[in-house]
Amino acid sequence: MGAASSNLVELRDLKVAFDGVQVLHGINLDVRRGEALGLVGESGCGKSVTWLAALGLLPGKASVTGSVRLQGHEISGGTRESFERVRGGRIAMIFQDPSSSLNPVLRIGRQITEALAIHRGLKGEAGKAEALRLLDMVGIPDPRRRFDLYPHEFSGGQCQRLMIAMALAGEPDLLVADEPTTALDATIQAQILDLLIQLRAETGMATVFISHDLGAVSQVCERVCVMYAGRIVEEGTTAQLFSEPRHPYTRGLFDAIPRIDGPRQRLIPIPGTVPNPKHLPEGCAFSPRCSRAVEACRSERPPLLSLSDGRQLACTRPVPAEERAGTKSKVAEEMLQ
Amino acid sequence: MIRFIAVRILRAAITILAVVTFAFVVLRMSGDPAQVMLGPDTPQESVDAFRRAWGLDQPLWIQYLAYIKSIFTGDFGVSMRDKASALDLVLQRVPATLQLTVPALFLKLMIGIPAGVYAALHRQSFTDRGVILLAVFGFTIPSFVMGLLLVLIFAVILGILPSGGQDTWMHGILPTLTMSIGGIGILARFSRSAMIEVMGQPYIRTASAKGLKWRDVVWSHALPNAAVPIVTIVGFMVGSLIAGAVVVESIFSWPGIGRLLVVSVSNRDLAVVQCILLIIAAAMVVSNLVVDLLYGWLDPRLRSAASH
Amino acid sequence: MTALIEASDLVRIYQIRRGLFGRPHPVRAVDEISLAVNPGETLGIVGESGSGKSTLGRMLLGIDTAQGGEVRFEGKPMPPLRTPEWRALRAKMQLIYQDPLAALDRRLTIAAQVGEPLEIHKIIPKQHQAARVAELMAAVGLRPDQAGHYPHELSGGQRQRAVIARALAARPKLLVCDEPVSALDVSIQAQVVNMLRDLQAENGIAMVFISHDLKVVRNIADRVAVMYLGRIVEEASSDVIFQSPQHPYTKALVSSVPVPGKRLEGRVILQGEPPNPASRPPGCAFHPRCPLARDICRAVVPELRQIGDGRTAACHVVTGETAAIAA
Repeated sequence: MGAASSNLVELRDLKVAFDGVQVLHGINLDVRRGEALGLVGESGCGKSVTWLAALGLLPGKASVTGSVRLQGHEISGGTRESFERVRGGRIAMIFQDPSSSLNPVLRIGRQITEALAIHRGLKGEAGKAEALRLLDMVGIPDPRRRFDLYPHEFSGGQCQRLMIAMALAGEPDLLVADEPTTALDATIQAQILDLLIQLRAETGMATVFISHDLGAVSQVCERVCVMYAGRIVEEGTTAQLFSEPRHPYTRGLFDAIPRIDGPRQRLIPIPGTVPNPKHLPEGCAFSPRCSRAVEACRSERPPLLSLSDGRQLACTRPVPAEERAGTKSKVAEEMLQ
Repeated sequence: MIRFIAVRILRAAITILAVVTFAFVVLRMSGDPAQVMLGPDTPQESVDAFRRAWGLDQPLWIQYLAYIKSIFTGDFGVSMRDKASALDLVLQRVPATLQLTVPALFLKLMIGIPAGVYAALHRQSFTDRGVILLAVFGFTIPSFVMGLLLVLIFAVILGILPSGGQDTWMHGILPTLTMSIGGIGILARFSRSAMIEVMGQPYIRTASAKGLKWRDVVWSHALPNAAVPIVTIVGFMVGSLIAGAVVVESIFSWPGIGRLLVVSVSNRDLAVVQCILLIIAAAMVVSNLVVDLLYGWLDPRLRSAASH
Repeated sequence: MTALIEASDLVRIYQIRRGLFGRPHPVRAVDEISLAVNPGETLGIVGESGSGKSTLGRMLLGIDTAQGGEVRFEGKPMPPLRTPEWRALRAKMQLIYQDPLAALDRRLTIAAQVGEPLEIHKIIPKQHQAARVAELMAAVGLRPDQAGHYPHELSGGQRQRAVIARALAARPKLLVCDEPVSALDVSIQAQVVNMLRDLQAENGIAMVFISHDLKVVRNIADRVAVMYLGRIVEEASSDVIFQSPQHPYTKALVSSVPVPGKRLEGRVILQGEPPNPASRPPGCAFHPRCPLARDICRAVVPELRQIGDGRTAACHVVTGETAAIAA
């Protein structure tokens, strides 16, 4: 996990419950300065909730416990004002479906200068100049003419760029991107991923990339966490996870994705469905769907443990080495080039 | 743009015409105006003479065409009762009505909208439930019941406010209050649901995530969006500034248009009734048109291309 | 083998009004598309927003009327919308689209909805309908106890299975699927894709699979047509088109799919936005974003031409026509 002082953000035992139903069961996560961390999982695993909770963006009736430290300072459980100080200026977040995430009745220039005024005290002409620079940085053509337009006059991809510009306005240390490319066309997805990589290189800010798209995550991130049913089940570097996934769920995810290269094969799905948080199975939450599960898996929940190669894994019967290496050697080869 | 407005104006004209025609026909078919005006003991020749004098012996469609023609020349007929120009009679009464409806509208806006917005921002709280309860209470009780209730409490039991007439400004308090309670309830409910809908939208979360202070999120981001549906309701309320006081004016003997309408209908004073209805219809139609145009100003998505 | 369904020069034009006060102007959503699907085969149609692929799907079913060209099903022209002949054809062709919750009536049980086509088309007598419904539900992997459930009680994947079961009830010959798995999680996608393939193989159903997700299309389709702004720009077998795409747009599309493990360098990242059908560029619609654009591309619309065995492409550069206009 590294020395505490080098971590930008530390989540410890973060738990979230809605109306008495526990959806996050104690998340421990570190984000180092400038690193790109991927958070993958399917719907309902809690990957978005984790960061919404960390920023205090969940509705009041959600109960959030646990520790969220930003550069050593505890921010969870704070007042609304203390969260407002962190949001945008220290940790910024962009969301899925950019077209509905921008206020339809306000001009986009205003929505950006608003952020500049709060976080950098830039107003009037100075604010506008900086906003134009940001628009340029995110690749909006002809920013001067577009400054006074409304969100509906932009396409989905451009709206996401606008969101990114708004997020950058506060010069945050960390950008949390929650499924930023999911609602976009394929060629635009590629543009936005490209933009995120480039911006990270230019500004040195850390990125948390939340997605169900493993391929996209592997483009942007160095380290990946896999979540299932409100817990982290595996964590490691992108190379480790993608060449030899150890958790059966991670392995299952890779097997279920169709490949665009290679022969047409029958897909290998993960049987069953994601469990309802109200009725989580006893023991390991994945055991009902796991081909490697034994009796012990159904009664005892495996803890998240550190392995010798630096990863973390919550499984007592991980996928064996030979099985892992066999099918994924092609991927490993490409990565090592 | 021209086409848009022209179409709306055409529709407005047709609506007004329909209202006037309806009134025209119904009034003449629901009892002989002459008989009503003159009383049951009048000898038949007098009734007939009356009818001839007022053109009531002509076939219906001739009377109708004559009326339409006269409207276009600005002649709205003459009151059978007072022998004065119907239009003058009606316009004389407008200020009295406005003395009630304008303050009532003011109260509706100043109390109803903030109450609804506050309730939306503090959902499930005691205040929220209280607002909903009072709002439902307000708009379900018919205005005449509310009026009589207020008269009972303030005029009869407490004796601090007068119960009828238009003599002092204090006479206006109870009627205005009666009129506004229903509208306050409606506006509170609508404002609350409009705000709740807006607060659940993704762009509000974005605004919060930017680090905006909560009050700025509400004022700059939420309210402008909630304004659109609220404006519709307010638009209708403005449209009924002239018409909305019929019952209240009758209860409180307030000499406004509403009261004139009631009296004229029971007297079958045709020209006056038609004139009032025409003005009311025109007011409604104009306010609808203004609301339509206002939408375009409030919601930029309606202004320009929405073709994707 | 005669094609099950054949489209020739299909055209579909929408009138779009810009804003409150604008004048309406025509938008060509589908611009002279010709294609054919053989019985038992799967044709994949890929494209981004504005490509017209959903409109094409509806035109193949006769839901959207063609304003130019025609659709022939089993050799006969498509009857006009809502005529008795058109309604009778519904038993042979079905549509599955992205949002299963919207496709299901929330007031009816699953069993009632799966059985509805049986009643509408009077396919089997009433007493046998329940058995057929049970059979269909089992075929798509729904549990018998879910027959009495309502759509909101099922998960997204289960709802889509119910939609598929209903679509199969009348034993259709053709299934048009418009983004059927896009809203589903990866593991459920895999389940549904496998299921569709199995059902297709067992029942000999032809499928038109419309999607923006190239990976899924690669897996399920035999042949693939790539659409851009209402036209087909390339068509080839699923193996060949993703392995060696010829049209610059196809190349960019294939290259934009993030492959786990493959790094970014060497990928083609397309600049600009997917085009707006309301403002169509002259000549080849792709030329503003195309790295290979030449003069001819800006002036002349390229036709779909044979470029190999069973492959066609609509590109002046690929088909070697760049010299034509200079002459």
